[in-house]
Amino acid sequence: MQELTADAAIELRGIDKSFGSVHAVRGVSVRIERGSITGIVGENGAGKSTLMSILYGLYRADAGEILVDGRPVEMASPRDAIGHGIGMVHQHFMLVDSFTVLENLVLGAEGGALLARGLAAARTELARLARDYGLTVDPDARVADLSVGEQQRVEILKVLLRGARILILDEPSAVLTPQETDRLLQILRVLRDRGVTVVLITHKLREILAVTEKVIVMRRGEVVAERRTADTNAEDLAELMVGRKVRFDLDKAPARKGETLLAARHLSLVDGRGVRLLDDISLEVKAGEIVGIAGVSGNGQTELLQVLSGIRPPSGGEFEACGRKVDATHPVDPAEMRDLGVAHVPEDRLRQGLVPAFLASETSILGYQDREPFCHNYILDGPAVGKYCADLMERFDVRPRTPGLLSSSFSGGNQQKLILAREMARDPKVLLVGQPTRGVDIGAIEFIRRELVRSRDAGCAVLVVSVELEEILSLADRILVMFAGRIVGEVAAGQADERTLGLMMAGARAA
Amino acid sequence: MEEALSLVTATLAATLRVATPLVLCAMGGLFSEKSGILDVGLEGKMLMAAFFAAATASLTGSAWMGVGAAILAAEVLALLHGFACITHRGNQVVSGIAINILAMGLTVVLGAAWFGRGGQTPPLTGTERLNPIFFPVAGDNILVYGALLAVPFTWWLIARTRFGLRLRAVGEVPLAVDAAGISVSWLRYRAVLLCGLFAGLAGAYLSIAQNAGFSRDMTAGQGFIALAAIIFGRWRPVPAFGACLAFGLLDAIAIRLQGVRLPGVGEVPVQLIQAMPYLLTLFLLAGFIGRTVAPKAAGVPYEKEP
Ligand SMILES: Nc1ncnc2c1ncn2[C@@H]1O[C@H](COP(=O)(O)OP(=O)(O)OP(=O)(O)O)[C@@H](O)[C@H]1O
Ligand SMILES: [Mg+2]
Repeated sequence: MQELTADAAIELRGIDKSFGSVHAVRGVSVRIERGSITGIVGENGAGKSTLMSILYGLYRADAGEILVDGRPVEMASPRDAIGHGIGMVHQHFMLVDSFTVLENLVLGAEGGALLARGLAAARTELARLARDYGLTVDPDARVADLSVGEQQRVEILKVLLRGARILILDEPSAVLTPQETDRLLQILRVLRDRGVTVVLITHKLREILAVTEKVIVMRRGEVVAERRTADTNAEDLAELMVGRKVRFDLDKAPARKGETLLAARHLSLVDGRGVRLLDDISLEVKAGEIVGIAGVSGNGQTELLQVLSGIRPPSGGEFEACGRKVDATHPVDPAEMRDLGVAHVPEDRLRQGLVPAFLASETSILGYQDREPFCHNYILDGPAVGKYCADLMERFDVRPRTPGLLSSSFSGGNQQKLILAREMARDPKVLLVGQPTRGVDIGAIEFIRRELVRSRDAGCAVLVVSVELEEILSLADRILVMFAGRIVGEVAAGQADERTLGLMMAGARAA
Repeated sequence: MEEALSLVTATLAATLRVATPLVLCAMGGLFSEKSGILDVGLEGKMLMAAFFAAATASLTGSAWMGVGAAILAAEVLALLHGFACITHRGNQVVSGIAINILAMGLTVVLGAAWFGRGGQTPPLTGTERLNPIFFPVAGDNILVYGALLAVPFTWWLIARTRFGLRLRAVGEVPLAVDAAGISVSWLRYRAVLLCGLFAGLAGAYLSIAQNAGFSRDMTAGQGFIALAAIIFGRWRPVPAFGACLAFGLLDAIAIRLQGVRLPGVGEVPVQLIQAMPYLLTLFLLAGFIGRTVAPKAAGVPYEKEP
């Protein structure tokens, strides 16, 4: 027994944590083996992030014990965790945008009251880490100018620079492109081979199967299973997570296309510095079909959705939605688009989809707040809104089903479901969706995709933007590929495969 | 020619005299705002400090005791602000306004009770005041030099030290500071205390260096002008210093032009010149300065577990 405990880098015993009435973690006991990669999977709101925040000292557990290297320790603050060699890369990055990479790296470990020496030492150390682990990043770049993948590398470097022996990553790949994800997994393998213990939280079973030795499955605050990765597979894990069988294939009937509801002709968008973000985009979406836009993030998809939803006016060209023509001289605002029946689920849900400080019930009518039955004569009807939200939560399985809870208190996946529910419940004619299942668990992915197909079958014109190829392939009836602000190719769903699409996304091939 | 030269030097000296409390206040405010704590209460801290400086100097006969009392008084208010905004996560603007009102009332009430001169302190003379060091006419007392030194000191502390790095970080992303194992509250308390120190010096300057005693509401909005200078300077010490000098110059010119008739213009509208700092601030805030340069977390209480 003594021996067993000794080679556990971390052991959690009976950890319990509630937020008010929400029992987030219920008596969890797990062991993380030294020098291995352990995966944690589970539905949205299962308590994964909370558990890791407790281990990192950000939250205090209500009950339970934490052992590091077999000795019980007190984790009152991140300082304690760092002292015990634990480092964490958070789901939401903890970087100061206006600082340089180097300044971010030394924050909290400056090596003396004056900065100069610490910065110089960090620079040398950074060069060594770049050599050892292949983690390269420009030390003098401002973090705000880095891509998401690079920012994440800075987070990992920050942890390594402090000499962490235990690395926790919370959904590190949620915002990464497939290529960046592959690099990350490669880095994790190198770290493990050098003796670092890694804990990886993710919704992507492919990553779990690719790099972990052991998987811990959580559901509703409890650990429901532990498996050696070698003894399990995706179906098995999905079933453990959700508590029922999950269908990975989406069966949908062939599209029954109707009239064209959304058509863009030669759309372009130029930003203040003269950079061409969208270049000569022409596309059509008909009632009853799902058009998927594939592409590595940052190739104009975000901007395309912003233009089509009325957030930004186009610089050139025009588009027509539900009979309304829009061009540079006849711009439209998002409220009018909504009135026309164009619903938009933005890809950045925290900033554009909801107000974190609003109640869930308020989030559930955001943008529709001036309509019956939510509002009579300029006065909001609280009970009606609450009841409507409760209905939506029931239909879209948002957990916990508490309309009176702050939107920020919901886990990422549940926030997403709430926003989708808001936009889809109004039976829109055109539905624009950005990253429908980013950060969402498998059960919910299955559900959201089925709902999108149901909207399609009800005659809605659906435009889906996603960086997940697999998502585009399973959802779309027609696939457009974007690269550098242009549409570089179109493929019918039946004829597409990951390889050709991948090449087109990289700008290597046009169709 | 000689006359013109002396006019220029006199105006410059006046500029420096008027700008000194602004500079001290602005440097103090910078520390607070950089850490994410808005400080609308600069005015109140300065007023309270001015009162205690004059009262103590008059009672003890020592200008230095006055300076000490000024700092102490400003620090008490600074701690009050910190207690409300950092420990209890209160609204920073409300707390700042409350401090201004408190200082306005308390200085008058205490002044009336202690000295019975309608809120004024007895006039100060000799060693009760901080006197000019080299040029008696220019009024170059030690706090003027102090203000000039405060600028490079502030710059150095913010740009070149560990404390400064953490200060900048906590004003932008407090969660990152917390996650790095640094106490957000302690860091912000230190910033607020530094702010109190500088506001205290500014107050002492007003009542025992520039003037010879305290009179009610003698700060006359200079705390707010200092805030405007911070915004002008985009939260950077050296440009903020420049803004303070510019405001001081406008004021010095306004005083010079008092009652002067210019050919073609007639009597110079002094009020207009005096209103310039405020007008400039409004104008620049409305258009030229994007909101993005302010510390991102300024005004937002830090809560990690709601
Ligand atoms: N600060 C908080 N206040 C109130 N409730 C919270 C808070 N943080 C988390 N919760 C609740 O605790 C539960 C667990 O949340 P947690 O973020 O740990 O889930 P998760 O497993 O990380 O989910 P996801 O995969 O969506 O990130 C959820 O029901 C969530 O709503
Ligand atoms: Mg999470």
